[in-house]
Amino acid sequence: MYRFRQWSVKHSRFMEGLYNFVNPAILVTLRGVTKVFGKKLDKPIIAAEAGLKGLLFDCQMCGNCALSKTGMSCPMNCPKTLRNGPCGGVRANGMCEVKPEMQCVWVAAWDGASRMKGGEAIKSIEHAVDHRDKGTSTWLKLAREEKTDV
Amino acid sequence: MSEVMQDNSVQDAQELGTNPGDPLPQLSGHVSHGRFERVLRAGQFAVTTEIAPPDSADPEEVLRRASLFDGYVDAINATDGSGAHCHMSSLAVCAILTRAGYSPILQISCRDRNRIAIQGDTLGAAALGVCNALCLSGDDVGAGDHPEAKPVFDLDSISLTQTLKVLRDESRFLSGRKLDLAPKLFIGSSINPFVPPIHNRVDQLAKKIEAGAEYIQSQYCFDMDILKEFMKRAVDMGLTEKSYILIGAGVLPSAKTAKWMRENVPGVHIPDAIIKRLEGADKPQREGRKICTEIMQQLKETAGVSGVHLMAYRQEKWVGDIVKKSGVLDGRTPWAPKNLKIELGT
Ligand code: SF4
Repeated sequence: MYRFRQWSVKHSRFMEGLYNFVNPAILVTLRGVTKVFGKKLDKPIIAAEAGLKGLLFDCQMCGNCALSKTGMSCPMNCPKTLRNGPCGGVRANGMCEVKPEMQCVWVAAWDGASRMKGGEAIKSIEHAVDHRDKGTSTWLKLAREEKTDV
Repeated sequence: MSEVMQDNSVQDAQELGTNPGDPLPQLSGHVSHGRFERVLRAGQFAVTTEIAPPDSADPEEVLRRASLFDGYVDAINATDGSGAHCHMSSLAVCAILTRAGYSPILQISCRDRNRIAIQGDTLGAAALGVCNALCLSGDDVGAGDHPEAKPVFDLDSISLTQTLKVLRDESRFLSGRKLDLAPKLFIGSSINPFVPPIHNRVDQLAKKIEAGAEYIQSQYCFDMDILKEFMKRAVDMGLTEKSYILIGAGVLPSAKTAKWMRENVPGVHIPDAIIKRLEGADKPQREGRKICTEIMQQLKETAGVSGVHLMAYRQEKWVGDIVKKSGVLDGRTPWAPKNLKIELGT
């Protein structure tokens, strides 16, 4: 929801803290869960991630989550799905070129990043998104990646 | 013909080849064999412009439009469906211009093609002799004459810039598959310092340079205050040492058009003072050209600016006059096909 999404960006510092606190817990839990159940619970886990991140960030489940590097403003809500900063068409009032009723997600992103401890990450380059990951869970990906790392 | 002229011709032919479309030798430290890169690396103040691609399959029309700029510009941008309108492709325009000896800049937008198509076109362009590419995000399809089309945006301007650099410097596709011959392209990208988030636009510039942009062409500059602040920060951050920055200049024909543009063309910022000047002028067209000339002169004096990108849509016939009056070329005559006097053996 647009209003919730804006709230999340306004409270990007808090969301960052929450994320840093909650994320390890989620990953540990998921690691345990996938160990026991394998892939059987993937569907509800994906639905939970989509539901929560959808509510807070209008998450589009691209499977390449960049929220921590984009001031908690999901770049996949940009009508051009730009993942490395704003286009040249941003309106003088900071609203989107394509959807004038929406604030440019990158104006929001820079604003959000300015309040975050790790806000500098917005300056790093994001590689082109892997479209095969659409609809998959970033949580599960991280949980399984870490598992193979250990 | 005089002795001196003949000497020049011999030198031209040695430097430029006898066929104007032939590639030049690549100089050391250069990434392309193009003339545009030579001008910038030689430290000359460059002038580039934009050609309106025809709604036609006629190559002569492309050459006719380009010839308006002969002797006044160092490179010609071929737009890629700008404003999301359909026209002759930028690749074809560049191929036609290259064959005639011009230095076109291939604009590549992310709107219409995915990474497979873009990489293929890039190799094709280089094979046809194109030396310069400019990476853009692209306008929204809704702005054009086919609003029902599917927007692609598989890449963005920065991942596109990276992609061209991978093709050129690592001689491979994004997939890792090796190329037999890498495309020798001078890679550029665009910036718009005049729209929000204004304070972060210089960070965006830094990101583009980090991704591989060796030159930059900006959106229209009608506001020197914003530009000076932007350039000051770019210079302080050392960005102008790493990339050549060309700033956009535009020709406004009337106050009405200027108002329409700032309302309707995405990313165009025109201060009220400019509109007032046009409103108060007896001959607004002439005033519009004068404004453009003045801005070009101020850009030349601004630290870190390496050139101007003159966009004169529907005013193309005035480009020569404006460049001449501005004096930004310091008497230099950019190379154009008809300046090449091949009189060897006579
Ligand atoms: S204005 Fe912002 S949100 Fe809209 S298309 Fe451009 S970058 Fe995306």
